[in-house]
Amino acid sequence: MAVDERFTQDYRDGQGEEPEGVRSEVVTGPVSDWASDFSHLEPEWAADPYPIQDDLRQRCPIAHTDRFGGGWLPTRHEDVTAIAYDTERFSSRAIVMSNYRPPLDLAPVGGVPPISSDPPFHRDARRLLLPAFTKSAVAKREAATRAYCHELIDALEGRRDVDAAREYAQHIPVRVIADMLGFPPEDGPRFRTFIEHSLEGVNLPPDERMAHMSELFDYLLEQIRDHLDHPRDDLTTYLIDAELYGQKLQPQHVSGTMALLLIAGIDTTWSAIGASLWHLAKTPADRERLVAEPELLPTAMEEFLRAYAPVTMARLVKQDMHWRGADMKADDWVLLSFPAANRDPAHFDRPDEVVIDREVNRHVAFGLGIHRCVGSHLARMELRVALEVWLERIPEFTLADPAAVTWAAGQVRGPRTLPLRIGRA
Amino acid sequence: MKVQIDFERCQGHGRCYDLAPGLFGEDDEGYGQVLGHGLVPPGEEQAARLAVANCPERAIDVHEET
Repeated sequence: MAVDERFTQDYRDGQGEEPEGVRSEVVTGPVSDWASDFSHLEPEWAADPYPIQDDLRQRCPIAHTDRFGGGWLPTRHEDVTAIAYDTERFSSRAIVMSNYRPPLDLAPVGGVPPISSDPPFHRDARRLLLPAFTKSAVAKREAATRAYCHELIDALEGRRDVDAAREYAQHIPVRVIADMLGFPPEDGPRFRTFIEHSLEGVNLPPDERMAHMSELFDYLLEQIRDHLDHPRDDLTTYLIDAELYGQKLQPQHVSGTMALLLIAGIDTTWSAIGASLWHLAKTPADRERLVAEPELLPTAMEEFLRAYAPVTMARLVKQDMHWRGADMKADDWVLLSFPAANRDPAHFDRPDEVVIDREVNRHVAFGLGIHRCVGSHLARMELRVALEVWLERIPEFTLADPAAVTWAAGQVRGPRTLPLRIGRA
Repeated sequence: MKVQIDFERCQGHGRCYDLAPGLFGEDDEGYGQVLGHGLVPPGEEQAARLAVANCPERAIDVHEET
């Protein structure tokens, strides 16, 4: 067998210890004014960002912060939408707002293509992934996902108090993604660490953050080499063999896309499943109705995605400009809050209410435009199956201790501790 | 009634083929496709309107007159 020289040496060698890019000072601590000093990493935001967003939408509506080296937070649906569509003025070169801006020449590919890619490269990188993530492609995983959800519930047998985030929601996307990428299922706990480091550790000192990222890419390189020795029918082998413009992909493209699928595929869906169960635990009328009318679940699920949209993206401003009242500078961050857009009263009736039979629901939980979440069909399948199985097996449950529920801070928000009491209240 | 997808706008969210599987399907990359010529058979009008109203990209046009 021919040796694939792309991965024989560590392709990161020679880049030096200190990758180029711009580092900014890490600023943490209580927010003085959300309109001029916002931070999505502070506990107040993690606990309940919606009143903050609603307040900003009325009085601002585009908030600013000097943290993270400068950034903006639009809160109106029309602004979030306009930015999502405007790839000319807003770059996806980095999509996690942090204290490090990667060098300009990382565009148009970015570190984790295609989510970090700009046109025209974006479209070609995205097309490589789309066929594996269509509704009919992911439907083939439904039976295995359902069986796995039942296994997780079997393991809770006889328990009165369970943590639905750690013992149920979390495991489902971990298993599905590990299976799609062809990673050992027992590595699941490591994925969780990678995710915490990537998405929640953004205010760690940059050196520590770099070290964490190296751990992730070391792991991916290990998996790539294992797949080179033992090719199989999964996305890792597919990416190793894939071609673009008549050539195999750059090694950084292969590992970057694997990192994207691993990180973006897990805590997003984990958050959506957890937030839906949290809502049902504290809203007996909705829970009882879905148990009685399981055919309503697909509609209810869209409402959970609207009201508790887990994902906020980020963009970088390309050039200095005055944009809808904001004096944006080149390389300012823009936090693209799909959750805030989904609760804009200009766009949704009763935006703060969870209306499980809301029939017209043009929510933007999976984004808009060319970066529409590539895994949206997979996420919907997992969320539906996870909720169907839970409601079938555990139709009665309540929050064991509402104050003990914890939520992830940062750009992916969902319950990380969700103590539920099984049975009648 | 007739439905049509604007391919410049469609991003493959799939709401149309979720909500009106009798009228829309997916292509190999998950983008929406109108089945047949887009003429909405009697009884499918409500499904067609739901698909239009739920498309996040506003990519579906409906012509009520035809």
